[in-house]
Amino acid sequence: MQVLVLLLVLLILSIVGFRLGRGRAVRVAGPKPGTLHSLPDYYGYYVALWCGLPALALIALWLSLDTTLLQILVERALPAQTQALPASQLALVMNEVRNLARSGIFSQASSPAIAKAAIQFSNLQAISFASMAVLALSLGVAGGLLGLRIIHPKLRARNQVETVVKLFLIASSTMAIFTTIGIVLSLLFESLRFFSMIPITNFLFGLDWSPQMAMRADQVGSSGAFGAVPLFTGTLLISIIAMLVATPIGLMSAIYMAEYAHPKFRAVAKPLLEVLAGIPTVVYGFFAVLTVAPFLRELGAVLHIDIASESALATGVVMGIMIIPFISSLSDDVLTAVPDSLRQGAYGLGATRSETIKQVVMPAALPGIVGGLLLAVSRAIGETMIVVMAAGLSARLTANPFEAVTTVTVQIVTLLVGDQEFDSPKTLAAFALGLVLFVVTLALNVVALHVVRKYREKYD
Amino acid sequence: MTDTDLVQNIPLTGIAEKVGARLNRRHAAERRFRAYGIASVGMAVVFLAVLLTSIIGKGYSAFYQHEVQISVALDPAVIDPDGKRDHHALAVADYRALVRTAMVSMFPEVADNRHERRELMDLVSEGAEELVRDKVLANPALIGTTQTLWVPVTANVDQLLKGHMSRDLSRGGQFSERQLGWIDSLTAHGLLKSHFNTWLWTQGDSRQPELAGLLGAIVGSFYSLVVTLLLSFPLGVATAIYLEEFAPQNRWTDLIEVNINNLAAVPSIVFGLLGLEMFLNVFHLPRSAPLVGGLALTLVSLPTIIIAARVALKAVPPWIREAALGLGASRWQMVVHHVLPLAMPGILTGTIIGMARAVGETAPLLMIGMVAFIVDVPASPLDPATALPVQVYLWAASPERAFVERTSAAIIVLLLFLGVMNAGAIYLRKKFERRW
Repeated sequence: MQVLVLLLVLLILSIVGFRLGRGRAVRVAGPKPGTLHSLPDYYGYYVALWCGLPALALIALWLSLDTTLLQILVERALPAQTQALPASQLALVMNEVRNLARSGIFSQASSPAIAKAAIQFSNLQAISFASMAVLALSLGVAGGLLGLRIIHPKLRARNQVETVVKLFLIASSTMAIFTTIGIVLSLLFESLRFFSMIPITNFLFGLDWSPQMAMRADQVGSSGAFGAVPLFTGTLLISIIAMLVATPIGLMSAIYMAEYAHPKFRAVAKPLLEVLAGIPTVVYGFFAVLTVAPFLRELGAVLHIDIASESALATGVVMGIMIIPFISSLSDDVLTAVPDSLRQGAYGLGATRSETIKQVVMPAALPGIVGGLLLAVSRAIGETMIVVMAAGLSARLTANPFEAVTTVTVQIVTLLVGDQEFDSPKTLAAFALGLVLFVVTLALNVVALHVVRKYREKYD
Repeated sequence: MTDTDLVQNIPLTGIAEKVGARLNRRHAAERRFRAYGIASVGMAVVFLAVLLTSIIGKGYSAFYQHEVQISVALDPAVIDPDGKRDHHALAVADYRALVRTAMVSMFPEVADNRHERRELMDLVSEGAEELVRDKVLANPALIGTTQTLWVPVTANVDQLLKGHMSRDLSRGGQFSERQLGWIDSLTAHGLLKSHFNTWLWTQGDSRQPELAGLLGAIVGSFYSLVVTLLLSFPLGVATAIYLEEFAPQNRWTDLIEVNINNLAAVPSIVFGLLGLEMFLNVFHLPRSAPLVGGLALTLVSLPTIIIAARVALKAVPPWIREAALGLGASRWQMVVHHVLPLAMPGILTGTIIGMARAVGETAPLLMIGMVAFIVDVPASPLDPATALPVQVYLWAASPERAFVERTSAAIIVLLLFLGVMNAGAIYLRKKFERRW
């Protein structure tokens, strides 16, 4: 909050800088405004940038170092026996210190030493913030004055402002790369810690999953079991059911919309399908629990089939419904991209419409459609809320759709919601699962996007 | 064998029939194929209809709630025995006793029976005490008077009166004959009526279904969304402008493009894991805060916004650019003065759609801890909070029958928000769409 106020003050400072810079440029030019290299506004922006940028850089640097430095200072001040604790427990202590300092209720501390440390921490924070604010604002003023001094008619203000803006554009566009790097690093880092406790082969090929055993070190079977194969098969089972529901319906609706439907019908049906795509997945999850699962269970009772209330079937069907619009809109795009000359040729040879579609349009569109289906599979695998709400927690190795299975995403959520201990394999396992999920979906996406792109180039 | 033999060997009669039969088969196949198509579209629409009706059907009744009218005597001896009107003493006084007295005054026959009195009190919500307390705290001068006010009944009574619960104990009912008698008599006297459910809109979460509200979740969603918008709009537009207007075609920009397309298809829970590791473990930002939620949602919505903004920029015809450059504008002036204003409706539409995606996103928020049970409405983006879809998830996991109704109501609210956002996007597109 305080930082926000500081940024606001800095913004106001920059606006003042803009006015001053603009005014000074007009004054410097005197009676002949044509002698200015750039429009007066650019001199204003120039000064504003001098005001804002160095101060912003300082704030960013300060904030990134601040917490770490303060923590080291506070840690030094802790009693010797606390400092001697293993790193993980020390981290817990520091966590408490930070939380106390944030809430400001020091009386809740578990020991006087921690309360003292928390008070010290919050004092240091206040000092640090005050010095940062003073430094940043003086840097802003100094920068602004410097900018004002530099202004003269020959200054290429526009070019310099545009260079800064372009640098900002380039920096923004690298965000995507940094996000990917961030994902890979954070998943890999915690996964490697996990694999140092549990061998990777046990994780990838083990048939037994019961992570809750690892809660206490003195427990029997404390190592837990981290064989992820039941999760993989469960994910696969639900995804297959979902694709079995979504592929025929999605594909046939796309064919009908692209090849047969009257424009008026299309104008109504397409937005309806888009509504289906826009519904949040948590709603689908609730729908699965409340409506589909009980319905299927009763249907099973009538047919004398034992269907579990958290059956893979109910989850898969609802996930399929969610994916229908995804498949239909991707396939629709692909089908409309097939050149009309192919259709005209087939009609000319006497083919009916359905024969044209089945024997000419579909083979031509196949790569694009397969790409779309692969994207849909990747989406089914990574889907979280539907399975968290509707699928169970029991890691069963089964291909029976009437039984309850669990999935990778369900386990990630279960392991990470609630207490987290970043030194126990239980918590770290979630990151290993996340890594597997990321790698698999990434591979599917890369292949799918490549196929779709190749296909587009063919007919563009 | 000669050609003439061949022709003569085929019986000419029947060819027309055979061709006709084959044609009929082909036409039948055509009709079948077409019917499959219609059936598929129909099924998708039916799924949508079933989903919406099942949720609206279960949820609309949560927007009203039954309340009972009681006359509470604000007895100074109970509220403020010291007579000092001390704010703290007033806040912790035994208001339940006052409500009990008020309830018993309507059914004097239970006054001497402790068990029956408790049964009577089971009908009225704990919210009654809060209402009385708030009234006294707002105006201590009322102490000593008798106030008539409507207070909520417990969720079970509400469910019974809405017909969601059987009166029969053996069929899941919760009330004894005596309690049913009281309820009926109150209803008959017009003292027990359904009113618009204000609690749903003015309260945070609660363990008592009748007092649970959505305000905390709505405010949490709002803060997250503001953070997301402030970050993803400038970043997304800047990226799109760079890639469309400035970037050279080389390996570096190819890499960026591949990355953006991949991020658009990465499961959202992975962004949650990134948020947990980076924002919470490395940068030590507060857990459960909408600020962190907004950061995670920025990552989710950024690819959508970038892709939409690029499409919008691409749609601006090249001669606009050429004309601007020809008149002496710099590249940046050309973009800011000419291309960007023309592309803005498309960019805003894409941004709204990206935001709509962020509103409904749940999984990343679970990872960064926005799933706690939080009663208070967050006052800043740094306070612990939930979000609207997370509230749906939390309530869906609650066993009480009344929470099913409230979950559906929360979904209706969520869908309404999404509907308004998408309608705005469609309006923008329709109003400012230009064909060159």
